[in-house]
Amino acid sequence: MLFSITSAHSMALLFRRLKVATCSLAAILLIGWQPFAFAEKSRLTITGSSTVAPLTLEIAKLYEKTHAGTRIDVQTGGSSRGINDARNGLADIGMVSRALKPTEKDLNGFTIALDGIGMIVHNSNPVTALTDAQIKDIYLGKITNWQSVGGPDLAITVVNKAEGRSTLELFLKHFGVRNSQIKPSVVIGDNQQGIKTVSGVKGAIGYVSIGTAEYEEKRGTPIKRLTMQGHEASAANVANGQYPLSRTLNLVTKGAPSKQAQHFITFAQSDAVKHLIEKQFFVAP
Amino acid sequence: MAKASTRSNRTDTYLSRILGAMGLLCALLLVLVVFFLLKEAWPVVQSGGWLRFFHAQGWYPLEQLFGMLPMIWASIAMALGAILLALPIGVASALFLLFYAPPSVAKIYRLLLNLLAGIPSVVFGLWGLTELVPIIATWHAPGTSLLAAILVLTLMIIPTVALTSVAALSAVPKELHAGAQALGLTRKTRIMSVIIPAAKAGIISGALLATARALGETMAVLMVAGNVVQTPSSLFDPVRALTANIALEMAYAMSDHRASLFAAGLLLTLIVWGLALIASRIVKSNGKVLAYAK
Amino acid sequence: MPSRSASNIRLADQCFSVLIMACAAFVTITLIWVLGDIVIKGASHITWSFITSEPSDAGRSGGIGTILVSTLLILCVALGAAIPIGLGVAVWLSEFTVQHSRFSNTVGTTLDVLAGIPSIVYGLFGNAFFSLYLGLGFSILSGGLTLACMILPIFIRTCESGLSAVNNDWRKGAQALGMSRSAAIWHVLLPAAAPAIIAGLILGIGRATAETAALIFTSGYVDRMPGSLLDSGRALAVHIYDLSMNVTGGDNAAYASAFVLITLIILLNTTAQSLIDRWFSQRIYAS
Repeated sequence: MLFSITSAHSMALLFRRLKVATCSLAAILLIGWQPFAFAEKSRLTITGSSTVAPLTLEIAKLYEKTHAGTRIDVQTGGSSRGINDARNGLADIGMVSRALKPTEKDLNGFTIALDGIGMIVHNSNPVTALTDAQIKDIYLGKITNWQSVGGPDLAITVVNKAEGRSTLELFLKHFGVRNSQIKPSVVIGDNQQGIKTVSGVKGAIGYVSIGTAEYEEKRGTPIKRLTMQGHEASAANVANGQYPLSRTLNLVTKGAPSKQAQHFITFAQSDAVKHLIEKQFFVAP
Repeated sequence: MAKASTRSNRTDTYLSRILGAMGLLCALLLVLVVFFLLKEAWPVVQSGGWLRFFHAQGWYPLEQLFGMLPMIWASIAMALGAILLALPIGVASALFLLFYAPPSVAKIYRLLLNLLAGIPSVVFGLWGLTELVPIIATWHAPGTSLLAAILVLTLMIIPTVALTSVAALSAVPKELHAGAQALGLTRKTRIMSVIIPAAKAGIISGALLATARALGETMAVLMVAGNVVQTPSSLFDPVRALTANIALEMAYAMSDHRASLFAAGLLLTLIVWGLALIASRIVKSNGKVLAYAK
Repeated sequence: MPSRSASNIRLADQCFSVLIMACAAFVTITLIWVLGDIVIKGASHITWSFITSEPSDAGRSGGIGTILVSTLLILCVALGAAIPIGLGVAVWLSEFTVQHSRFSNTVGTTLDVLAGIPSIVYGLFGNAFFSLYLGLGFSILSGGLTLACMILPIFIRTCESGLSAVNNDWRKGAQALGMSRSAAIWHVLLPAAAPAIIAGLILGIGRATAETAALIFTSGYVDRMPGSLLDSGRALAVHIYDLSMNVTGGDNAAYASAFVLITLIILLNTTAQSLIDRWFSQRIYAS
């Protein structure tokens, strides 16, 4: 009985603490709510292509510095999501790493940079160039060993992109194949994941944004860009229009952009961000 | 006094009503979940019917092909492989805990199992990606494969199997132990022919719950399985599970593609419910209740 | 002949013992492998500045300060929603409904079903309902509320079992003192069941902290300091996923974050376990 009393007492104490904890939790929540009333007006949400996102993020940081009181949230999710979110209002601005399609007339596109899609392999791979036919055969599973294209006796690990990425769509269109014909060994999501996969597997081949690849190569990631149709996969060749597989990087809005979105887009297209575009190995339009 | 009691009665009635409303809210949550999954999945169901998910040749949303069968097989292969490995190991762990380990060791071992149960799936994925996959890659590049997924899932569900088995085994009546001992049976025979059969229902329902967990697991599988949509034909094949498919493509999906992902979610939920239902039937018909073994 | 079969039996018995020990050893060794891996690769990167500073260069350098803040905010939202509703429903199920009445049975079954739904499906639901339908967007609020739905069932069940385990004498005693039911619940029953409630809470927190799949499409990826609950915030588990999958050279930071996450969860779990143990031992004394 004595035990039961003391235990009841300590329980009551414990419970009182629980009540205090609940109250403080509620207080924290209230405080959390407070700023949202003020923050609401000066916030831009930008979602979409994982190729455009790193660039937009840098631009946004600069924009925030020069425009006090603004907050720009950049979320990665692929071009389709950029389109989708801009359409249904989840985002103020969408990021799309391709030209807009005829079915996307309801959106306004603003080109902020040019980019290409490059083939990448592990940098220990002696192969430096592949013809379009060879690339096609590798992706269709007709060539399965690097020996067949002048490389070492090493099985080819084909890295393909998951559906919904515009990089995949442009790649398919360029080589005139359907995704159902491709025999991949790994399917990846974002550009960065493609680079991470290729840098980790000696026999891997993949295709990613040239800008992302050049950026990663410069920081020491063990990957190598392949020459395509005799043109080196570089920002320079994208700029002079010689690289065969290039594309535009766009910001899109549903209908006419809001005043604030327009302000940001104008900034993103201005000369003030040129050095940022070059730093990401993209090409200013 | 009478007044006071009516007032308190009134508070009680109010409280009862408020709490009842909360209960209703909880019940409605399920309706809400199912409703929103259905609502989002509806466009694709309406345009092609449920069967298109099973008839289409593969999963190529760009070509308007939404066949989920390869991923369903992959999910089943993973869960089945994992439970086949985890069941013996888990039950053996439970036997070790109850009958073989000295009390102090048993206490530590139980702690270990709890620890294992608490490791987040993304951490298992990280470990699988950086430790397990490179090992498998030495046999068969690139290493991200059905096998990697099975091994990681096995580790994740061993605690579930073990802890439910412990509960089932310790519920076996003392008389049975004593009787078996009196017959002069060896420990192995006692366990295999008397105790395990007596605890069978609990062990099986625990295994079903673990299978359901393996089917519903997303992040670890996404990280180690390679994510190629194909019907698995060997352990080294890269495959994509239904759950991984949702996580991989949801952020990128639009219109019909997005709707099919919601349909996949619905399908997944149905499969998992089915398993949970069978598990609870088995337990109920054996008159032993195992709550929340997860 | 009989002696031979007897020795066979003994041999089989020994083999069986060895097998069981081997399984136990296997589980122990793998656990040490997984945890050891994370401790060895992760602990060396843990510094005070890692825990407090903002991630930079996609998480390769810098720390996880802002991510911890987002994680905590998501958790606060989840608990803020789950605790009152969960406690209410638990009290209602154990104190106000006739056991096995049709309505309470339905609610009970619903809870069981909800507990079984895979977390990725909660993610889908959260995206469709909180982010889109309620217009909360990718925000800490949508993520937290999604997690609340996810942890509600297990929290209710633990509280309910704690409440129904409270000795009936306490209820009778309260009644004899002329306390109303509401007063008895607030002053007697809930305090008596407090350890179970706290244990359920910690279980829920543990699961919510570990969650990734339900958060990717609800609270999003943004790794900056959230300015309000309507901002997107990246949870620690999502951060680990992103670092290990999408960031070249992000493995070290991923391991360090995993180390922090596991330490957090182990702390929570041991607290829950010790509370449950303490509660059970007190039950025995009290009755």
